[in-house]
Amino acid sequence: MAQQTQSQAQSRLAAGRRWSPETRRNTINGILFALPWIVGLAVFWIYPIFASVYYSFNDFNGIQNPTWVGLANYTNLLQDDQFKISAFNTLYFAVISIPLAIIFAFGLALLLNMKIHGRFIYRTVYFLPTLVPSVALSLVWIYLFNPATGLINVPFDWIGIRGPCWNACAAWSRPTMVLVALWIIGGQVVLYLAGLQDVPQELYDAVAVDGANLWQRFRNVTLPMMTPVIFYHLVTSVIGAFQFFDIPYIMTGGTGAPQNSLLFYSIYLFKNAFAYFKMGYASAMAWIMFVAILAITLLIFRSARRWVYYGGVDFS
Amino acid sequence: MATKVAQSPSRVQNRHRTRAIKHASREILTHIVLIPAAFLFLLPFLWMLSTSLKPDAQLYSYPPVWIPHPFQWANYPKSVTYVPFFLYLRNTVVISVASMIGVIFSSSLVSYSLARIPWPGRHFLFLLTIATLMLPFQVTLIPVFLVFKNLGWVGDLRPLIVPQFFGHALYIFLLRQFFMSIPMELSEAARIDGANEFRIFWSVIMPLAKPALATVAVFQFIRSWTDYLNPLIYLNDQNLYTLQLGLYQYSSQYGREWGLLMSAAVLITLPPIITFFFTQRTFVQGVTLTGIKG
Repeated sequence: MAQQTQSQAQSRLAAGRRWSPETRRNTINGILFALPWIVGLAVFWIYPIFASVYYSFNDFNGIQNPTWVGLANYTNLLQDDQFKISAFNTLYFAVISIPLAIIFAFGLALLLNMKIHGRFIYRTVYFLPTLVPSVALSLVWIYLFNPATGLINVPFDWIGIRGPCWNACAAWSRPTMVLVALWIIGGQVVLYLAGLQDVPQELYDAVAVDGANLWQRFRNVTLPMMTPVIFYHLVTSVIGAFQFFDIPYIMTGGTGAPQNSLLFYSIYLFKNAFAYFKMGYASAMAWIMFVAILAITLLIFRSARRWVYYGGVDFS
Repeated sequence: MATKVAQSPSRVQNRHRTRAIKHASREILTHIVLIPAAFLFLLPFLWMLSTSLKPDAQLYSYPPVWIPHPFQWANYPKSVTYVPFFLYLRNTVVISVASMIGVIFSSSLVSYSLARIPWPGRHFLFLLTIATLMLPFQVTLIPVFLVFKNLGWVGDLRPLIVPQFFGHALYIFLLRQFFMSIPMELSEAARIDGANEFRIFWSVIMPLAKPALATVAVFQFIRSWTDYLNPLIYLNDQNLYTLQLGLYQYSSQYGREWGLLMSAAVLITLPPIITFFFTQRTFVQGVTLTGIKG
């Protein structure tokens, strides 16, 4: 009797949720198949997010128990000169390198999209630098940029002036880093090229009938149709700029020298966490970074309404 | 569109006549821009190669020497014995291969669930998956490190391998897109024949997904091979170093041994590049689909 009412209740519950046996089987299978990622999300993402928030309000060296300090980590950061320098360096890098990366990657893709001979060879050549391990890459750059004997000074000798001091002095180190970052835009070139190949030929035919010249074609067809790709590049670059770590870390031997001019945000965060063992302080830095990225991304999203063209063509 | 220019018939004829010339000159102009750009992109590679073959005396000569004379081939055998290169190679291969197996295992199962099993939570799970892509890795870096520290895993290879068995958002996204493009009728036909969900996954869908799985494997191989931050954080025993960490050791009391260092750099850079050349098509498709920078 009790068993019967239980099973009745179960079936009523199932009926209430409108879960057929098929839905139930699918749910069980769905969860089972997704189980590695459900566990992974919990262990490597959701727990760490909460733990990181908690650490950011604590004095914590990773060994002893955390001690609650309230907002002290955040208020101390605002008075930390190295923090300010690292934030400035990162913003400087983002503001200079992102527009340049968009212009160069888009420009190269435009040239490659003209049905010229050898375009796939060019594409491969431009993409190759993104495959070089960052340690090998950074060490080659150190050698190339050597102010005394580096290869980079040769063209300056030709015109009879002394080359700049590149990454060896604070005045030139940040532009040098922008140059190095521009060298690895091959992935973006491939993205823009794919976007260009998706622009419907009918649109070009339509403006050709109208007698549009090359610039008008670009201004009225190519550019509007490419704004979603530019938008995507912009959003991912902001995150990328804040995470820029390997190359400056290796090129400066982990110091951010000269005069902290290459102390990027993620390098200072890393040093706090793994060199000074100020895990709480570093966690606070991580959250400020997340909020900053979020704010910038939201601004870009909001501006997108005005300049990103989604009409007519399905980009999904 | 905004521009509407009236055309006279003669102008059209004129354009027709000169189109071939115009096209050729435009192509030449394009190459004039693209060739120097290609040279700039190749320059560090060429310099790496040139330096790797230089005798010591030419390493610091200025103006720099492009073609070493004589070619110092001995740099290569010397570079693999100057540091325990083959030990580091073994460690790197172990990490890369195990990680490839890990991401294929986890991402294929999870993507199958998201793409081909209609269960109520899958849209939410997919949303969470995409959300992890927006979170900077610095946020989770410290707690994850402490998790591994409490497990007693810091200092060995497990923190570099085990996470791959739990899935990665980019690969899940990539494979989900691919799985969704396979017609549902195939699954239904197998189901009518009495196959259960795992059998459909394993015998129907996975064989069709080989190209996408290859993309995932290639991406992960290159990611593990070139990874710097994770080995830097987790490995402190020199016997477990990867090749990337090993590159640091090409220095003596006189400074960096540039000849040997560049030989080793060439050797370390070759596997990703060779992989790319053999899988270029799937690789470029993968980059286009996910926006991975490489």
